[in-house]
Amino acid sequence: MEFPTHSSPHTGRPNRVDKVMLQVVLALIPGTLALVFYFGYGILVNLVLAIGSAVAFEALVMKLRKRPVTPVLMDLSAVVTAMLFAVAIPPLLPWWMVVLGMAFGIIMVKQMYGGLGYNPFNPAMAAYVLLLISYPVEMTAWLPPTALAEHHVSLREVVLFKFTGSLPDDYTLDAITMATPLDVMRTNLDLNMMISEIRTNPLWGDFGGLGWEWVGNWFLMGGIWMVYKRTITWQIPLAFLAGLVGMATLFWLFDSESFPFPLFHVFSGGAILGAFFIATDPVTACTTRTGQLIYGATIGILVYVIRTWGGYPDAVAFAVLLMNMAAPTIDYYTRPRTYGHGEMKS
Amino acid sequence: MIGKPPHPGPGNRDSSMSDNSTRTLIMDGLWHNNQALVALLGLCPLLAVSNTAINGLGLGLATTAVLVASNSTVSLIRNFVRPEVRLPVFVMVIASFVTAIELSMNAYFHELHKILGIFIPLIVTNCTIIGRAEAFASKNNLWRSLVDGLSVGIGFTLVLIVLGGFRELIGQGTLFDQAHLMFGEAASGMTLKIEDFPGMLIAILPPGAFIGLGLLIMVKNLIDKRLAERRAASSSYAEEATGVTG
Repeated sequence: MEFPTHSSPHTGRPNRVDKVMLQVVLALIPGTLALVFYFGYGILVNLVLAIGSAVAFEALVMKLRKRPVTPVLMDLSAVVTAMLFAVAIPPLLPWWMVVLGMAFGIIMVKQMYGGLGYNPFNPAMAAYVLLLISYPVEMTAWLPPTALAEHHVSLREVVLFKFTGSLPDDYTLDAITMATPLDVMRTNLDLNMMISEIRTNPLWGDFGGLGWEWVGNWFLMGGIWMVYKRTITWQIPLAFLAGLVGMATLFWLFDSESFPFPLFHVFSGGAILGAFFIATDPVTACTTRTGQLIYGATIGILVYVIRTWGGYPDAVAFAVLLMNMAAPTIDYYTRPRTYGHGEMKS
Repeated sequence: MIGKPPHPGPGNRDSSMSDNSTRTLIMDGLWHNNQALVALLGLCPLLAVSNTAINGLGLGLATTAVLVASNSTVSLIRNFVRPEVRLPVFVMVIASFVTAIELSMNAYFHELHKILGIFIPLIVTNCTIIGRAEAFASKNNLWRSLVDGLSVGIGFTLVLIVLGGFRELIGQGTLFDQAHLMFGEAASGMTLKIEDFPGMLIAILPPGAFIGLGLLIMVKNLIDKRLAERRAASSSYAEEATGVTG
């Protein structure tokens, strides 16, 4: 057996941006397929629209900046942004909103700060928040999971609705769409209903909403694979979920009829997607290990706080953007001690 | 060309302009040293009130009136005020003019006054005004201070109108909405409205103000850069023609 030693520097496995991004894309596929399975073809149309427009805007900016287009497109970062955005938005969102979101995310949030590696905010979440604030009605109208739907919206109907706004005959938009489980929980809690009462609704599965919890499971599997492949560190997702579960357990133990049980929070909305795919964005998250724990836990706590007492049903996007702002400061205060230097003096 | 281009400060720019000082003052106030786009002063009212063009116009005109009056007064009393107490005196002067403007707006533009609300009395805290009093009017004669106050005020107003127009156009698809508040009922026809425009609510909300101001600064810097490039191109052409090299 021979163990040849090469001369320094002894670098680890060389990680290239396109390789990491490809792994993220692969890890996203199971969850995305589950979304398509439970919520229909609208997700696929969103994916095609988002990826197409994100790549087009990226190429446009590169042309305007007189930089080579192909290497930037080949690093797949625009595709990842578009995929994260597309799995977060409702299936029936009008096409121009998808394109608008990507224009904002790619041009303003990513490229105007200097492109990949320089953007302080997560482009996908910034695009999501822009749309959520500007068009709250459209952004909260989800389709019901196919098992509950009175009318199965076919691919043709989805495309027709997204591009022309025309609905399948005899149906109103309210009849086809449905609020997300998180939204239902909120509104009913506001009506002073008890959780045992709210959960008699057929909308619920074992933990979260019907269908939703399985989407969460598949995203979780992709996420765990990414941790195993060391595409992401375990600190951020674990701290995120711990913060969320910790807060939820505290309030649930205090009053289990007006605060949903912890796993409901984990398996609803974008919690798992956020923990493994969004909060771990290497550009906008903390880089020190301690910092990542603080960053993740704070996002988890913020998600709970905004979901419970805030004005919008889901909170992952807001929490991530807020902590994006704090990430440089957290990194500054958690810098590891450099070998050979004394303790950092404050 | 040697080294960096000349610093775009006053008096260090185009030599053909410095001999015409009133014109320099006007250009500084309106463009080169625009208080909103270059100095980034007075951002609190600028960002808060620029949700429609008419609101912006109203607040801009009120600010301009205060600026002209305070600049002139400060310039007149500049030799009588001891430097130790100058800032309280300037603030008193500005506060009196703001009070007068506020009361007269309440009398003549009551509806607009209600919309602008607290931001009219808050003109007194607008950094632009105390900044011009301290940095300019306390060192210059009446005429120059007057011109400076007027051009800085109009520069600020223009930014408010452009930003307000941009935000209401994107946010609700109108331009000069509620024009009757400013110009009376006859001006209601001024309002332009795009029918069936879905509107991007974020433009009306506070983030829209920051994004809009950022875009305006971008456009201004872009224009400045293009102008500088053109000037550099023409001067390097002249250098080549005379055989002078850098």
